[in-house]
Amino acid sequence: MSEAIAYYPGCSGLGTSKEYDASTRAVCRALGLSLVDIPDWSCCGSTPAHTKDHVLSAALSARNLQLVAGMGIGTAATPCPSCLTNLRTANHRMEAPAMAAKVNKLLDDPYAGGVEAISILQALVEKIGLDDMKAAVRTPLTGLKVACYYGCIMNRPPELMAFDDCENPMAMDNVLAAMGATILPYPLKVECCGASYGIPRQDIVARLTGKLLDAARSIGADVVAVACPLCQMNLDLRQGQVNRALGTNFRIPVAYFTQLMGVALNIADAELGFDKLCIDPRPVLNKALSGADTQAKGA
Amino acid sequence: MQTINLTRDYDGDFVHRVEEESGQNVSLCYQCGNCTAGCPYTFAYDIPVSQIMRLVQAGQKKTVLASKSIWLCATCESCTTRCPNNIDVACVMDVLRHMARREGLAAVPQVKTFWDSFLDSVKAHGRVFELGLTVNYVMRTGRFWTDLDLGPKIFPKGKLSMKPHEIAGKEHVARIFERFERESNS
Repeated sequence: MSEAIAYYPGCSGLGTSKEYDASTRAVCRALGLSLVDIPDWSCCGSTPAHTKDHVLSAALSARNLQLVAGMGIGTAATPCPSCLTNLRTANHRMEAPAMAAKVNKLLDDPYAGGVEAISILQALVEKIGLDDMKAAVRTPLTGLKVACYYGCIMNRPPELMAFDDCENPMAMDNVLAAMGATILPYPLKVECCGASYGIPRQDIVARLTGKLLDAARSIGADVVAVACPLCQMNLDLRQGQVNRALGTNFRIPVAYFTQLMGVALNIADAELGFDKLCIDPRPVLNKALSGADTQAKGA
Repeated sequence: MQTINLTRDYDGDFVHRVEEESGQNVSLCYQCGNCTAGCPYTFAYDIPVSQIMRLVQAGQKKTVLASKSIWLCATCESCTTRCPNNIDVACVMDVLRHMARREGLAAVPQVKTFWDSFLDSVKAHGRVFELGLTVNYVMRTGRFWTDLDLGPKIFPKGKLSMKPHEIAGKEHVARIFERFERESNS
């Protein structure tokens, strides 16, 4: 069992990305990564807060970092890249004493720094490691062709995120390769999907997400693996809107990387929440896995 | 090509404010165009991001703050990551919309309304209430057709809560907003 990490699910983890939260918890439990819930955590403010004001944005994040500090824990992990960016940006901006003073003026309890925020992906890679993850595999994802899509802000800008490569990240590729999957070279790993413009400007999301789906189909992906609730929503829930807007006929399952890990680790279906996705990846998963099975028996 | 009379139209105070609020030296931009080349939103912008940078250098406050582009930037960080002069371009875009808000400008009003609805939800509940946020946005914009097609897809999944997740410290979160509003008005 590794040292405890404070867990920040983010608001979507209680709603539109319930299955990301559930599969994250299940995978971390299976691999011995101890996640401790942050009592009474609040929203980081996401994009809307930083587009309004940087002090307000940092204060909404700092309230949570302060709660973690109060738990006596030095690391917080979140599955959501938007939460991650906000938590890390708050830490970074509050290194300047003048900014820290302005932010603390908005808080009931001031935050003195000292809590690092990382992604669940980073926590798995750094606290568990690829070798131990590989050793825990019970059902290798042999034959499953995966395009790993990281989204735009998971690793950017590199000075702030300080993990993996900013143009060609490999952490998710490596983790799912360790699970036995066939990782395809996906050229649009860090391109933006249209983010939260799905509601105010659906046309933008249709165009940007359409490109991502087109690239995934052109390389022959069975499934797109994602690490961001908003990316998942745009690529999966809005796939029908993309098809209508662009006259395409995509039908590509889009699953959280933690859900795919869960299959390899033999975690019960009920905990992985595949039924929460619009395009169910289980048929392609079963097909790939049964194909591998037949090949193994034939050999 | 756009011609600007710099003797007549240059707003030096605006340039200074952008630099101060973003912590960036905008004169470092030498117009290589890398930011625009990588920007996924150029197709939707009225002014490409590299031209926004040039207009900022030229002190063209009105043109910049009235642009649609500053409301369509998703802060995807492509520009910031690829700027050869390490200018945090996305931060400059952020600061420009802060300034536009203060001037009462929002060239893509539904984007501002969406972000405001989001923040209202956080202020009221401590966490975002996804369904409430969407309903609030639809009521405020009158765009009743927004995502109606997604209802039958998402409701059966049992993911969308009908009630907000109220947190015990929601007054604390509300106070963050109240203090912010007081500070901004003082």
